[in-house]
Amino acid sequence: MQKIAAQFENDTGHKLTIISGATGKFYAQIKHGAPFDIFLSADDETPERLEKEGVAIAGSRFTYALGRLALWSARPGLVDERGNVLNKSDWQYLALANPKLAPYGAAATETITTLGLTNLLQKKFVQAENIAQAYQFVATGNAALGFVAVSQIYENGQLKSGSAWVVPKNLYTPIRQDGVILNSAKAKPAAAAFVHYLQTDKIKTLIKSHGYDI
Amino acid sequence: MLTLDDLSAVWLTLKLATLVMVLLLLIGTPIAWWLARTRSPVRGFVGAVVALPLVLPPTVLGFYLLVAMGPEGPLGQLTKLLGIGTLAFSFPGLVIASLFYSLPFVVQPLQNAFEAIGERPLEVAATLRAGPWDTFFYVVMPLALPGYITAAILSFAHTVGEFGVVLMIGGNIPHKTRVVSVQLYDHVEALEYTQAHLLAGGMLAFSFLVLFTLYTFNLQRKNQYRS
Repeated sequence: MQKIAAQFENDTGHKLTIISGATGKFYAQIKHGAPFDIFLSADDETPERLEKEGVAIAGSRFTYALGRLALWSARPGLVDERGNVLNKSDWQYLALANPKLAPYGAAATETITTLGLTNLLQKKFVQAENIAQAYQFVATGNAALGFVAVSQIYENGQLKSGSAWVVPKNLYTPIRQDGVILNSAKAKPAAAAFVHYLQTDKIKTLIKSHGYDI
Repeated sequence: MLTLDDLSAVWLTLKLATLVMVLLLLIGTPIAWWLARTRSPVRGFVGAVVALPLVLPPTVLGFYLLVAMGPEGPLGQLTKLLGIGTLAFSFPGLVIASLFYSLPFVVQPLQNAFEAIGERPLEVAATLRAGPWDTFFYVVMPLALPGYITAAILSFAHTVGEFGVVLMIGGNIPHKTRVVSVQLYDHVEALEYTQAHLLAGGMLAFSFLVLFTLYTFNLQRKNQYRS
């Protein structure tokens, strides 16, 4: 996002301020009048809800990225190429984002259900508040395995450390990450310009190189 | 209505807070006594270390505890050596983290209470041939009782309200590490505001009742002394 912002400011001369945080918190803040112009959500439900509740401009929703899920371990060689490690019992904790709160968490439980491993794995679950914390649990070695976002562990198509299995897309519903323009940006041409900019090929390529589909 | 999950979180929280309070009074007493009495040059150093958890934001403290408890961290190495695995995501892990987190809330009031006693009662006890242990249990502790009550209340309340640390090292496991504050937070994040209000209201009412009872009791006791 920092990279996109820098390029956008360079290319258009508009100024962009990024505020990052958890989707659920932003929802509450936006509902209570937070002065944001564009909301890039980590899911597709929250922007839809904001639009329905009349806080966002109707018809301004767009998908800017499709998140991809990976099973990851900080230990090299623990995760095999097909995710068979999930069936083994020589590890203790499986970290995932809270499925009630985070789309990646929901995708993780869906994958486990599709694989028919719910009963086997449920008692090994440790739930993180969000995907960043799931990453922390695994990175510090407290959880041997965890479902994280591909964007967290890959850089330019290369796994940064440990071992990972990129979960095949047919095992979970696509993690659509939508954005929406909020009411406060009605008369701001820069907001529309940025939304348009996000959907140019140049930016799409950049987003893809960080482990997303689009 | 409160769900079974909510009630389980309440029970777990009470268990955690009570255990932490008792352990901290045991651990905090010798530390506070030493801090109150010593003329050692490291006094300032120890006092500062004890107060440090007040400075760090709880999530930051939790993050470093997570790192320390991990298989590569110093605490993790120690627990592995003792054959008990790692502490993160377990109830004992929460207890240990809470001990760090609430330590200043016990040590400071106790230290103040001990310091307020002064030399005189101890000297009088010594002239009456009381040993150091007798002096401590029969002179110091009764005189420091208000300090103990404050320390107990603060450590209990602080642990009930603990959130950031638990969030970082708990792993949100039902019946093991999912305490009220985390359950409450989940309700809010999932936009289940009714459940959240109910749980938060219950928690406030309960805490108020406990604090009110203890403070009233403490006040009455003080008045008795005066009359």
